[in-house]
Amino acid sequence: MKWPAIGYIRARSLDDLWEAQRTHGAAAQVLAGGQTLLATLAFRLSEPGVLVDITRIPELRGVSLAGGALRIGALTRHAELARDPLVARHAPLFAAAAPHIAHPAIRNRGTIGGSLAYADPAAELPACAVALDATLHLLSARGERRVKAEGFFTGLLSTLLEPGEIIAAVEVAPASPAQRTAILEVARRSGDYAMAGIAAALELDATGRVAAPRLAFFGVGDRPVLANRANVALAGRVLDAQAIAAAAEALGDDLDPPADLHGPPEMKRHLARVLLRRALTQFLPAKEMAA
Amino acid sequence: MNEITPASIGLSREDLPNSYIGRSVPRPNVPKLVQGRATYTDDVVLPRMLHAAFLRSPHAHARILSIETAAALATPGVVRVFTGRDIAEVCDPWVAVLDHLKGMKSAPQHPLPLERATWQGEPVVAVVAESRAAAEDGVAALRVEWEPLPAQTDMETALAPGAVVIHPELGDNLVFTRTATAGDVEAAFAAAHKVVEATFVTARHTGVTLEPRSIIADYNRADGTLTVHQSTQAPHMMQGVFAKHLRLRESDVRVICKDVGGSFGIKVHVYPDEVAVAAMARIMGRPVKFVADRFESFTSDIHARDHRIKARIAVDAQGKILGFDVDDLTGIGPYSVYPRTSAIEGNQVVNLCGGPYDFVNYRCTTTVVLQNKAPTCQYRAVGHPIATAVTEGLVDMAAEALGMDPIAFRRINLIRDDAYPRTSPSGMRFEGLSHHASLDKLLEMVPVEKIRADQAAQRARGVYRGLGFASFIELTNPSPFMYGIGGARISAQDGATVRMDPDGSITIASGVTEQGQGTEAILAQIAAHGVGVPVERVKVITGDTQNTPYGGGTWACRGAGIGGEAALQSALALRAQILEVAGAMLQAKPETLDVVMGEVVDRASGTPRLSLAELGRIVYFRGDTLPRDLPRELVQTRHFITKEYPFAFTNGIQACWAEVDVETGMVKVLEHWCVEDCGRVINPLLVDEQVRGGIVQGLGGALYEHCVYDAEGNLLTTTLADYLVPMSAEMPDIHVGHVETPTRESLLGAKGAGEAGTAGAPAALMNAINDALRPLGARVTEQPFTPARILKALGRI
Repeated sequence: MKWPAIGYIRARSLDDLWEAQRTHGAAAQVLAGGQTLLATLAFRLSEPGVLVDITRIPELRGVSLAGGALRIGALTRHAELARDPLVARHAPLFAAAAPHIAHPAIRNRGTIGGSLAYADPAAELPACAVALDATLHLLSARGERRVKAEGFFTGLLSTLLEPGEIIAAVEVAPASPAQRTAILEVARRSGDYAMAGIAAALELDATGRVAAPRLAFFGVGDRPVLANRANVALAGRVLDAQAIAAAAEALGDDLDPPADLHGPPEMKRHLARVLLRRALTQFLPAKEMAA
Repeated sequence: MNEITPASIGLSREDLPNSYIGRSVPRPNVPKLVQGRATYTDDVVLPRMLHAAFLRSPHAHARILSIETAAALATPGVVRVFTGRDIAEVCDPWVAVLDHLKGMKSAPQHPLPLERATWQGEPVVAVVAESRAAAEDGVAALRVEWEPLPAQTDMETALAPGAVVIHPELGDNLVFTRTATAGDVEAAFAAAHKVVEATFVTARHTGVTLEPRSIIADYNRADGTLTVHQSTQAPHMMQGVFAKHLRLRESDVRVICKDVGGSFGIKVHVYPDEVAVAAMARIMGRPVKFVADRFESFTSDIHARDHRIKARIAVDAQGKILGFDVDDLTGIGPYSVYPRTSAIEGNQVVNLCGGPYDFVNYRCTTTVVLQNKAPTCQYRAVGHPIATAVTEGLVDMAAEALGMDPIAFRRINLIRDDAYPRTSPSGMRFEGLSHHASLDKLLEMVPVEKIRADQAAQRARGVYRGLGFASFIELTNPSPFMYGIGGARISAQDGATVRMDPDGSITIASGVTEQGQGTEAILAQIAAHGVGVPVERVKVITGDTQNTPYGGGTWACRGAGIGGEAALQSALALRAQILEVAGAMLQAKPETLDVVMGEVVDRASGTPRLSLAELGRIVYFRGDTLPRDLPRELVQTRHFITKEYPFAFTNGIQACWAEVDVETGMVKVLEHWCVEDCGRVINPLLVDEQVRGGIVQGLGGALYEHCVYDAEGNLLTTTLADYLVPMSAEMPDIHVGHVETPTRESLLGAKGAGEAGTAGAPAALMNAINDALRPLGARVTEQPFTPARILKALGRI
C-alpha cells in the first residue's frame, strides 16, 4: 500500500517541536527512527496529519555519565547501544540486548526512545529498562518529569506518556562490580520478536548471595513483566541449583501469558522457566556450572 | 543416441572452447539484475497510464448487499470505479476443470464477484486513478454493505452434513476425488509382519516472490489490440486466456514479460485481479497498472499444500515393503484455480506416494474439497513434498519398527537401478532412475559414522541431534498428458529460433521464460555450443508472444529439458546451414568444415578459414557473389515435444543433520545434503543453486511457513513478521552432488532440476527431528515443526 498524503516538519530544537505541536495538535505525530511508525503508515493503520521529525534535536541525543548516572539520549540508535563504550561499561545489558533487536538495517535506524514509547510487550529494550530499574525522562512543553520504567508501561502498547509528551532520555545507575546481567530469548528466527525472553539483573556478593534481583520477562504478557515472586524467591539466597529451582517454581505465579500465533500460554510459561534457569545458570560460579 | 559426443553433434572435439554444455558459465543477465538495470513490470511506464487498487473482502464469506461508489469517484485523482457487473460486461467467467480429471467440478469465477465474496482477500471492487496512492484513497472511500455468511473453513467437515455448501449449484463441496489401486492392499496389510501408520499434516503456505504479481494492460482502440506487460511464467498461456475471456482474437493479444523477480509456480495462474485489470483497460482504452503489495500477495497469491494425510505401510519380516495405503484430504479454497486447476496437487500425491520404492500393493485416495480460504494451486514441487513426507516418514517408522537402520531399509526397497523402464503401482512410467547410485553418492558425501558417533556423544550431554534421509522422485518435462489432454490451452511443446546476424552474432528467441533461475543463461550456453560461438556473442529473447516461438513457458521443470532441446536442435540446424554457405564460399565440402568460437575452421586441422562476420557480410550484403540457388537462411526454428513418456522422472536423495533443543523445541539444521539426478547437467553452478534454493524453500515450509487462518476464515499471517520465510541465518551449509542419467527422449538429455530440493527437504528434516527425539519417545508429523508442536510431542507443555 501507499502512504496517505502526510505533512512533514523537521524540528531542529525542542522549541520547534513544541511549536509544531501547538500548531497541529493531535494531528502531529512524532517521528524518530520510524521503524514501527512507517510500517503502520504503509498499512494505513494510522493517518497522522503531519510527521514531526525529532531526529535533529540535540537535547535528545548522546550518551553521557553525569551526576552518578548513565544518561542515554532517546535518539540513541540500537546500533549505537551495541557499540557505545559508556553503555558497554555501565549498562552492559542494553549492549547485550541490541543484537537481538531485529536486523542491522532496523538497528541502524530504530531508537531506544521509540522502542520504549511504542511499548511492544515482546520488545527487548522495555524489559531491559525494567530489569535495570531505569528512570525515564519525559519531556513536554509543560516541562520535565521522571518516572520509573517499571510503572511506565501500562498495558499493550500503552504507557504513561501524555499527549504532547516525549521520552527525552533513559537514566540508569552505573553497573556495580557485583552486578550480573543477562538477556536471553527464544525467537523463531534470529531477529524475530521473541516468543519469550528474559532480561535479568542482580547482584552477587563475595559469598554468592543474591541482592536486588530483577528478572524481567518479555513476550509473555501485555507489557514487560517484572517477576516479583521469582525475585523474592532469589533475594538473599546463595545462588545455586536449589535457588534457581525455587525461582523457576515461583515464576509460575508471576506470569499470565496470552496465546499467540506461536503457541498456547503454557508454552510461553514453559519457555520463560527455561530461560530463567539458563540465565541464572550463567551467573553461577564456574564450579557450580561444571557440576 | 543421447550421448553428446563430438560424433553425435558433429563437433570436432569434446573440449572445443565453445563446448558450453556441462560448464558453469556465469549468467549473462546477472550484471543487469544486480545493477538495478532490469526491467520488471513495475519499471514499465506508459503514456496515459492509470493505476488500479482493489477493495478486498474483509470476510471469508459474505453477500454483497450494496456498493456505494460516489465518495470514491469524488476522491481527487480517481478516474473510475469498477464492480463485478461492470467487468462482466466485457469479460466472461471461467470454470477451472480438466476433462481428464474425471468428475471434477468447480464454479464459474468472475474477475470480481457478482453476488458473494468467498474468501478474505478476494478482490471485489476496483478503483482506477492517476496514481496508486490516489486509487487507495478511492478504495478507502468506498462503502460496501456486507451480509456476513457462515464460512466453511475446516476441510475435515467440508463434506459433512451441515457443511456450508460454498457454491449451492455444485450440490456439495467436493471438487475431485481419485483413488489409485494396485495389487491387493487388504490382503497385503492383513498378512504383513508389521503395519505402521501415522497422520501427516502439511501446512498451507505460499510462494512469497520477491517481486509481487504485476501487470499492465493496454488496450489500443485504434487497432483493437491488447498489449499486456505481466510478471508471468507462461506468456503464451496468458495470451490465450486474455483473448478467450475478453472476447478478442488470440493474435490481437500480445503478452510481454521482461524480467521477473521469482515465481515458484505462483505466477503461472490466472488471477481475478489481473484479469480485471485487462478488462478495465479494454473498457477504458488506457493502460492500467496493478502491482500487488505484500499484504495483498498474502491474501490473494495462490496458497498450497493444505493437506491432511492418513497413511500406513506394510512390511514383511525381512524388511521388504509390501504396500502403502494412503488417504489424502486437501482444502483448496472456494474455486479451483484457472486453468491448471487445484486438483493437480492432490492428484500428484496419488501419483507419487511410494515412488522410489519397489512394492506391489497400493491404494491412495485424494479428496479435494472447497473451503472459504484463499485458493490453492500449483507451487514449486507440486504435491512432491507431501508425497515424500508421507512415504519417507512411513519408511523411517517401518525401519524403526523392524529395528533396522534406515539406510539398510532403503537399500532393500529402493527400485534397482537396472529395473527400467518400469511402471509404478500408481501408473507412473519411469524411463531410467538411479536411486542406488544416488544413495551411494550420498554416502560418499555424508560422514554417517562420524555423525552417529557425535550423536551418541551429544546425547550423553543432553544434546539431541538426528540424521534423516529422504529419497524422492520428481516429475519434470511434462507432456500434453499433464494439461493439454484435459482441454487446457497449455503448451507442452516449445520452440526456439536461432539466427545469425551480419556481424556473426547469434540471437535465440525461446518460448520458455526466465524468472531468476537462469533459463536465459542455459539457452545462451546451448545456442553457443550448438552453433559454435563464444557465449558472449549470444543474445536471448524470451517473454514476448509476438517475438518468440509459441511455447509453454517455464514451469514443472521444463525450461531446460524442453526449451533447451528446442534451442539445441535449432542451433545445430543453424550451424549446418552456416557450413553449407561456408562450403560454397570456400569451395569445400561442408562436412570438412566446423564452426569454433565464431570461426569457420577446417575440421581436421582446426585451421581458421573464415570468420562468421565475414560470412555474414557476404550473405547479407554481397549475396550476388554466392551461387544463385544456394539456401542462405541464417535462421532456423525447431520445436520439441517429448513423445515416449508422459513425464521425465528424476530422482534423488537428501540427508539432513539437525539439532533439537528439547527444552525450547527449537530446531537448528546443522547440515544438509542432496544428490539428485536431473539427467544432463547443462550448468552445474545453476543446478546446484536451484537445488539449494529448493531445499531452503522446503526447509522453510517444514519449519516456519504457514498461512494461519482462524476458525472464521480470517488470515492471521499477512506480513513478513507473521509469515516466516527461511532466512540465511537459520539455513545450514548445503552440499549438492549429481548422478547423471540423461533422458533418451532428447539429444540434450536434460530433465528438470528446480523442484528436487523442495521435494525432499521437508521429509529429510522431519526424519532428522524424529531421529533426534527417538530416545525421548517423541515424534512429530505435522508441519511446520514449530517449538509448540515439538514441546507438545515431548510432553513438556
